Amino acid sequence: MNTTRRTVLKGATASGALAALIGAGALRPTHVLAAEWNKAAFEAKDTAGALKGIGAGTPVESKDLILKVPDIAENGAVVPVDVISNIPKTTSIAILVEKNPQPLCSEFDFANGAMAEVSARIKMGQTSLVKAVAKADGKFYVAQKEVKVTVGGCGG
Amino acid sequence: MKQNLIGALCALAVMGGAFAQAPKKPSAKPVAKAAAAPAAEVKDAATLEFEKFRAEMEDSNPAELFEAKGQEQWNSRRGPKNVSLAESCALGQGVGKVEGAYVKMPRYFADADAVMDAERRIVWCMVEKQGFKFDDIASKPFANETFTPDITNLVTYVAGHSRNMKIAVPLNDPKVRDAYEVGKEIAAYRAGPYDFSCNTCHGADGKRIRMQNLPNLSTPKGAMSGVQGWPGYRMTGGVMLTHQWRMGDCFRQQRFPQPKYASDAVAYLLTYMIGNANGQVYKGPGIKR
Amino acid sequence: MADPMKIRAQMKGDVTEIRVLMGHAMETGQRKDAAGATVPAHFIQSMSVDVGGKRVVDGQIGTSVSRNPVFGFKMKGAKVGDKVVVSWVDNKGDKRSDEAVVA
Repeated sequence: MNTTRRTVLKGATASGALAALIGAGALRPTHVLAAEWNKAAFEAKDTAGALKGIGAGTPVESKDLILKVPDIAENGAVVPVDVISNIPKTTSIAILVEKNPQPLCSEFDFANGAMAEVSARIKMGQTSLVKAVAKADGKFYVAQKEVKVTVGGCGG
Repeated sequence: MKQNLIGALCALAVMGGAFAQAPKKPSAKPVAKAAAAPAAEVKDAATLEFEKFRAEMEDSNPAELFEAKGQEQWNSRRGPKNVSLAESCALGQGVGKVEGAYVKMPRYFADADAVMDAERRIVWCMVEKQGFKFDDIASKPFANETFTPDITNLVTYVAGHSRNMKIAVPLNDPKVRDAYEVGKEIAAYRAGPYDFSCNTCHGADGKRIRMQNLPNLSTPKGAMSGVQGWPGYRMTGGVMLTHQWRMGDCFRQQRFPQPKYASDAVAYLLTYMIGNANGQVYKGPGIKR
Repeated sequence: MADPMKIRAQMKGDVTEIRVLMGHAMETGQRKDAAGATVPAHFIQSMSVDVGGKRVVDGQIGTSVSRNPVFGFKMKGAKVGDKVVVSWVDNKGDKRSDEAVVA
């Protein structure tokens, strides 16, 4: 895909951590799967760190960003999450779980006709806020919702 | 038939002895309070939410991954005899024919002179036709977080070919009828440290454990909810498990000894349960909590 | 080797719905096995979806994606018969690429 777009996206996060990554050769100029996994963001232990890692800083709440999650999840091992961004020029969507040991679950970049929406299934260690963060035209937006995680009975 | 019953119950009793030597957790609390809900048909908000969640899960079920693997294994020449199940195994619909086979089992198979549920039958084929050793299969019969036995994939594949078909256990066959009656006795058989039977939790309407509603297996609808979704992808641990596994787990939760894998006791209990669901529509491999 | 993915790509009006099932343990590195030993982290880190030879989705994922991951995407501009290629790479360098055709 267009490597420039991703490079630009990463460029926006030009923090010390990123500079270190570039220095270590973790980010390469050509697109290679896995080589550019955003370690700093995914290994961040809190939401603020994860947001910083994806360059989102303090995103703005938006009603045009729709996050669909169950109110109560029957099993925290598999919680369905749907995110749809109606914000024009959305180029990426990230999903975070505030109280997970590593809050950042995933980040998707869209191009070449992809609509700004994704569905995924995530693990939740406990009842927590789930956040969707969209990047559109260089700005970051957020939608959030609490999901209660229950302990069930027997085998179903 | 009387002999069958005694045999099956004795098998349980014998295993009770074995179990007594190796208790799991003596301090384990009883699982079920089995409190009566106000009315069976009234669904609370949590139940409705769970149903929505299940529907979403069913739309993209990882069980498909296991079904695909089972298909490959069904068609491959395997085992010491280098024979495929597709060219040797009859599930009651002709050799190799899987379409609609799952919903018509348990049934009586003359070649084995036994009533067999789908899993037991496929195991029989693996042993008799492909030359695998029963003890090898029975030593690790169910999936865990790092291992999925071939039999689980195969059952999932076969079950997938009964999607949207009606359950039709041939209860008019006297041998199957006998198995049904023994299964009914097993479901009602109270024993173990908590003096439980299957029916303690699953014999009346309106019972639940924590957040889960418990089906009444003596009714067609209730029995179907105990059949529907098996084999199932269990979200806990992310493992594919079969109906045989579920039966064993029910015994475990009653603090009973677990019945032997692919045994008469399990086949008869399944005959009772699946037979009670006759006429209900089976939706294929499912997803479980 | 990793198990094949299941990919479904279907036209619904002018929108192509792509659904992917991946067989992967997605170990967090925080779980303990029955013997009490920590199970090492083993999870998909990157994935991509190409349709008709163009990169449509480029994803990075972490340990809190569920075991045997399921993802759904939508796109416009594809047509029946277009080739869909989904690839992933995990933290141990294991990788898998599978194809489907838009139906």
